[in-house]
Amino acid sequence: MPDLLLELFSEEIPARMQARAADDLKRLVTDGLVEAGLTYASAGAFATPRRLVLTLEGLTGESPTTREERRGPRTDAPEKAIEGFLRGAGVTKDQLEVRPDRKGEVYFAVIERPGRPASEIIADVVPQVIRTFPWPKSMRWGAGSLRWVRPLHSILCLLSDEAGSQVVPFAVDGIASGDTTEGHRFMAPGRFSVTNFADYETKLKRAKVILRADERAEHIRHDAEQMAFANGMELVEDTGLLAEVAGLVEWPVVLMGEIEDRFLDLPPEVLQTSMREHQKFFSVRNPKTGRIERFVTVANRETADHGATILAGNQKVLSARLSDAAFFWENDLRVARAGMGDWLDGLKSVTFHAKLGSQAARIDRIAALAREIAPMVGADADMAEEAARIAKADLRSEMVGEFPELQGVMGRYYALAAGRAAEVADAARDHWKPMGQGDEVPTAPVSLAVALADKIDTLTGFWAIDEKPTGSKDPYALRRAALGIVRIVLAGPHRLTLDRFVDAQILRHKIAITRPKVGDDVIDTLEEILGEIAERGVFGAAFKAVTDRLKDKGEAPAEALRSVGDLLPDLSTDLLAFFHDRLKVHLRDEGIRHDVIDAALSKPPTDDLALVVARARALAGFLATPDGENLVQGYRRAANILTQAEEKDGVEYRFGADPKFAETDEERALFKALSEAEAAITPALASEDFAAAMTHMASLRAPIDAFFEAVQVNSDNQVVRRNRLNLLHRIVETCGAVADLSRLEG
Amino acid sequence: MPDTPKSFQEIILRLQSYWASKGCAIMQPYDMEVGAGTFHPATTLRSLGSRPWAAAYVQPSRRPTDGRYGENPNRLQHYYQYQVLIKPSPPDLQALYLGSLEAIGIDMALHDIRFVEDDWESPTLGAWGLGWEVWCDGMEVSQFTYFQQVGGHDCHPVSGELTYGLERLAMYVLGVDHVMDMPFNDPSAPIPLTYGDVFRQTEQEYSRHNFDAATTEKLFRHFEDAEAECQRLLAEPAEDPKTAKRIVMAHPAYDQCIKASHLFNLLDARGVISVTERQAYIGRVRALAKLCADAFVQTEAGGWTPEAPAA
Repeated sequence: MPDLLLELFSEEIPARMQARAADDLKRLVTDGLVEAGLTYASAGAFATPRRLVLTLEGLTGESPTTREERRGPRTDAPEKAIEGFLRGAGVTKDQLEVRPDRKGEVYFAVIERPGRPASEIIADVVPQVIRTFPWPKSMRWGAGSLRWVRPLHSILCLLSDEAGSQVVPFAVDGIASGDTTEGHRFMAPGRFSVTNFADYETKLKRAKVILRADERAEHIRHDAEQMAFANGMELVEDTGLLAEVAGLVEWPVVLMGEIEDRFLDLPPEVLQTSMREHQKFFSVRNPKTGRIERFVTVANRETADHGATILAGNQKVLSARLSDAAFFWENDLRVARAGMGDWLDGLKSVTFHAKLGSQAARIDRIAALAREIAPMVGADADMAEEAARIAKADLRSEMVGEFPELQGVMGRYYALAAGRAAEVADAARDHWKPMGQGDEVPTAPVSLAVALADKIDTLTGFWAIDEKPTGSKDPYALRRAALGIVRIVLAGPHRLTLDRFVDAQILRHKIAITRPKVGDDVIDTLEEILGEIAERGVFGAAFKAVTDRLKDKGEAPAEALRSVGDLLPDLSTDLLAFFHDRLKVHLRDEGIRHDVIDAALSKPPTDDLALVVARARALAGFLATPDGENLVQGYRRAANILTQAEEKDGVEYRFGADPKFAETDEERALFKALSEAEAAITPALASEDFAAAMTHMASLRAPIDAFFEAVQVNSDNQVVRRNRLNLLHRIVETCGAVADLSRLEG
Repeated sequence: MPDTPKSFQEIILRLQSYWASKGCAIMQPYDMEVGAGTFHPATTLRSLGSRPWAAAYVQPSRRPTDGRYGENPNRLQHYYQYQVLIKPSPPDLQALYLGSLEAIGIDMALHDIRFVEDDWESPTLGAWGLGWEVWCDGMEVSQFTYFQQVGGHDCHPVSGELTYGLERLAMYVLGVDHVMDMPFNDPSAPIPLTYGDVFRQTEQEYSRHNFDAATTEKLFRHFEDAEAECQRLLAEPAEDPKTAKRIVMAHPAYDQCIKASHLFNLLDARGVISVTERQAYIGRVRALAKLCADAFVQTEAGGWTPEAPAA
């Protein structure tokens, strides 16, 4: 059983692509080999900045012989048909067999494919994998047409067993496979040959290349921690950076340097971001002062001066970077201490979106909405408005201009410098959250109000101008914004109904968009509606109240007003459905099926996401029990019979099931059980204890089963039949009290 | 190992002689205001078409927004780039590049040279390529790119492009902390000049001009003029009515494209172009660059021949 060693040696592969590429190489080559009939015992794939490597152990030496029989046309078929068959089967006429058939004689082609040696199969599969490799971005070079992530220089491909090793011969775009590779670019220049994987890995290490990324990462982590520890410091853990740096070096050498005193008063986030993003440095904290005082950089080589030159160079670059940062910080603080007026003015000239106006206009809308949301989340309305007004000021700061990832973090520092309250400053930092999957949701009331207002404004704005996400296109990250709202609402503890805020904000956008096109009177009316929404909480009622008032005055509503009345509810409903979609994605991660959520969503109010989720969770929990599954069966049976009867009779059986028409004990028992269950379910629903409601429903399972066992619904006696159908309706209604079970897929 | 150079100009001279020794045509700077060495027609246009090419040159480059009145140790609105373009990219381009670092006194045995992913894209030129920024001890010293597309045209063959930020590289090699302190010529020359002696005053003058004094209405008008002129030149028929020869005016049109690009940069520095307008202006320059690229591949230098006119 031979082993395979494959190395694709190229110019530097981007760090972020290496791990995935190694996996792809393993998957694609092994898939190709297995498809061609080979098997293998184990596979391993590795990447360094300059190479992708695959090793397969226990590969079969050749593929098995296969035999295929193909039935062809009859012997008296036209010549053309026979020729076609020969072409398709790849045989000549004299190779065909003639076999008797029911109506005559038929040609058969017996195609025997002899097994092929592994090397031949590899020589087919590997070039194909190279030519079609799924790099996220690939390129051409020189005069060739091959695509690879960066120029591919050499291919090492060996089959080895106890007897020795052999190159698997093939060529891709003029690059012939061989048995040689290179070590470290600077520390061990020149090519050398290898015989198998063990030999390869050993010789690479001798040539100053650590093949395994995890080994390089571990080496870096260990040395960095030791070095920090020896100096009474601690390494700030950063697994993402560790993985990246391990992909930038073949021979990691850890060096630690000091941050100049004059930079130690910069906010730690600034130090860390500057060092991490630009220099790929790790931060080292002094536990006594709590400050970041040193850095760790990872070089790709050893030097005669033990890295002194390299460290000095890195230190110098860092100082230049931090000088810039310190310069920005001081300039920014001056503006902040003066009240941030320059930045707030500046936001007027920054376009948020051509159709949605400036950042300043957007901030006005967010501030208005934040005021309305504030009481719902326990925040002071004035404070929420104030926070919304300054939350984006840092976008104009020099620091955020240089390090966009510090938006919010700097906003908090600058708000504090401007003398704003801590809650307001925190909101500047936290209103962006949650940014991604792992990011936390804001919890402080003022931050919550601004975070929700910001995201609702974004979504309603793009809905109002009809630029919704389509397919994979979501340039304004609207899915993330909606998911953010879902996560914030579900995190509680405040209950929020979204509709009124969505309606109000769509209306604010409509007002801004229509303002240049209509008279002041129309705008006044629209703003009146806005006021009514705040009062009544519902767009429909607010709109009606205002138009009624107009009618009373004998005025016809303007066209712009009518179109708002027509369009706004649809936009609002559509956006709510978008929230529901995000909710489904979010709950899917929790293991709750989409049809369970659909069942929960068929009970209003659906803009209270916490309520929807409570229903869905109760239903999901219930479905996981045997009672739940069976009750759903009983429910379906009842619903089916009922629907069929209603369709057949053309009437609805809704009311008047009466125990006095019951003929059997099972019927009477079901009446009793339903009455008891309903009595228990109603208060449970009122207190939103859906789990309890479902438990009471579960008690119906046995009586329902017994009923269907013993009773024929479609009795000849029409009175009895009608009564039973009405009884079925009671089952359907009671079982559907928490969620519409007919939405469940089964 | 050559000794350490003594001045900014010595580094330039060493690069010139190194790349000359590797077979590049040593060209001179293009005589127009450009934002980067890539804009030189020896790169932009010559990277198009099938004809082999190898050129190296210094290109004074202007980035109006980077002006700091000569006070920032690293930022300048006028600086030098060293540019190398070889088509097709030779297989040993990385080694050739590393040789150039040695030639200017960087000892490979002591320094840590790294190729860090950096995909290059020029939205104004409709160009992109893959490559790296090259780090020396954590400092970016060059941009290394394999051109994939220029002016909307796929590059066949592919050019390898090297761009060195000369001031930064030289400051590093010479161990200088502030660009204005860097010796421009030999410090032991009878009249030693620093970078500041040569450029401090112009940095001040241009910073004032770029940020505050340039008349924006005129800049807008010049932009429109350059755009219209570029389009007009390319709309002319290929055959010159006077000489009856085929003369496509790709280069004169491209000059107008360069002008438009620089005017846009000035307007940007004056802060009169909003974020959304910005994209629109970039799109207009790109449209010109594409027209010029389309025209260049219809010229002999761009691979056009009477026998195979469709390049």
